Amino acid sequence: MSADVITRPAPRRSVWKTRKFLGPLALYLALVVLAIPFVYPLLWMVLSTFKPIAEIYGASNLFPNQWTLDALGKIFTVNPLLPQYWNSLYTSVVITAITVVFSAMAGYAFARLRFPHVNKVFFLVLSTMFLPVEVTIIPIFRWTAELGLLNTHWPLIIPMAFGPKLAIAVFIFRQFFLSLPRELEEAAMLDGMNRFSIFARIVMPLSGAPTATVVILTFLNAFNMYIEPLVFIRSPELLTVGIGLTRYQDQYGDPLYNAQLGATSLTVLPVLLVFLFAQRQFVESLSRVGLKG
Amino acid sequence: MGQHAGALPAAPRGASRRAMARREAALGIGMVAGPVLGALVFGVAPLLFIGWYSLNDWSPLAGKFDFVGLNNFVQLFGSSTFQTSLAVTGAFVVGVVITETIVALLLATLLNRRMRGIGLFRAAYFAPVVVAYVAWALVWDYLLASNGAVNTFLANFGIAGPDWLNSPSWALFSVILIVLFKGVGQNMVLFLAALQSVPSELLEAGEIDGASPFARFRAITFPLITPTVMMVLILTTVGALNIFVPIQLLTHGGPGNATNVISYYLYEVAFKQQEFGLGSAIGIVLFVIVLLLTLGQWSLRKRWVHDER
Repeated sequence: MSADVITRPAPRRSVWKTRKFLGPLALYLALVVLAIPFVYPLLWMVLSTFKPIAEIYGASNLFPNQWTLDALGKIFTVNPLLPQYWNSLYTSVVITAITVVFSAMAGYAFARLRFPHVNKVFFLVLSTMFLPVEVTIIPIFRWTAELGLLNTHWPLIIPMAFGPKLAIAVFIFRQFFLSLPRELEEAAMLDGMNRFSIFARIVMPLSGAPTATVVILTFLNAFNMYIEPLVFIRSPELLTVGIGLTRYQDQYGDPLYNAQLGATSLTVLPVLLVFLFAQRQFVESLSRVGLKG
Repeated sequence: MGQHAGALPAAPRGASRRAMARREAALGIGMVAGPVLGALVFGVAPLLFIGWYSLNDWSPLAGKFDFVGLNNFVQLFGSSTFQTSLAVTGAFVVGVVITETIVALLLATLLNRRMRGIGLFRAAYFAPVVVAYVAWALVWDYLLASNGAVNTFLANFGIAGPDWLNSPSWALFSVILIVLFKGVGQNMVLFLAALQSVPSELLEAGEIDGASPFARFRAITFPLITPTVMMVLILTTVGALNIFVPIQLLTHGGPGNATNVISYYLYEVAFKQQEFGLGSAIGIVLFVIVLLLTLGQWSLRKRWVHDER
């Protein structure tokens, strides 16, 4: 999977010779029309935060006819969005940190160190990669209940940090380490450095690309976690932000559309901003491995 | 891990070499311990446990956990809801895989050229990939409501749009569309990378020989990108089988069972009806489907794929 190819500019002389068939203007027009279902929902989401509730349905205008800041106050009061945001943020950071440390170490060992049954052990780890969370969540739910850890963040953090997603990260690091030339490490070994120091001081500083991939994949995955908090968490202030978004109702149970869309925008916009600034990293990382579902 | 442990300037021999090999093995085992234990505890063990649970009538509400053999499976395959769920899952997965692959290939082909602003369009098509699924689904819930923005827009042209997510004939189609726009950007960048690695000399030669653009794609480009096509097919299939958020959020498997895919049905049976034994049996079926499809596609890959990278 050659991620580096993405950044390479397309060949100068386009053999497709579109010009013959449709002018560049028509092409731009097609690209713009195709972009509507991808971009319109996001713009609509942000701008509808400033619409009165009556304007959300029965209208297709993007900009509010009547601007209002009504929703802004309710975003943090109707539902404890701030604690939920913090829960999502800190659990994602912890999961990402655990994943990077353990997958880099294991990836290096699988790529370079000799120990008994190395390939069988690697296959065991790898074979859990495609295991759906819906399959594993029933036993994990039972163990969590037996340990008295329901309605805590433990069942959100530990299974995701050490489960099938970790296997994917191990795979990413192993593939990268296999592609590194061995000469540097051999030189360091002759200098008397031990294997772990070689890994920590020589190999890791060269591993920015796979580290970025694993960080982006893991963080997005953890931040967007949904079924786990739905199953394990009851208290609103312990929920993560994804489930929190579904809890926007007034005291009569009527949905507060604009506040919900505001909260949703606040969840999505930081990620989108980081994406826009680090577009290349994101595209390369997410094109390397699947992040679906 | 002590630093410079066993640091010897000269190459060690005999006994000390064996000691070094032992140290390397110990270090290796220590470094892989976390993921290996993780795979055992959160991968292998849950699989064995749902295998065991699926043979029991386990309902915490009734306070029972009784061995019933294969009864859950007999009950499952005899139930019309489950049969419908399998059919819906099949239709959903096929729909998502076909549309995502074709649209991704189309977008990648359009973007595979040097033009001002092409990066902007790539970012636009890719943006939903990084957006939380719950946010994406929530927004489309608004847009596709019977009096939502989409139908209001269509009304301008005198078209009365359906109640997209609540109509038995449109609900599955609507969910497929939502999933398509969410995920197609990822497949698009995979295809874009593959297309850019197709040597332009080959395409030029085809052009000189008078091959039409479609013929060039079929005879030159497509065979060269089959490894990527295969990868996209596997990733999209597994992703579609795991679908949960849009179903739970938008349709709850309804109307009727029109969108009751197996991954959602499992959640409904286990965590809503509290029938964990039956839910585990569904989990086993889901696991077997994922396993068979993955193995099937891998073996297909051997025969079909042009060049193994």
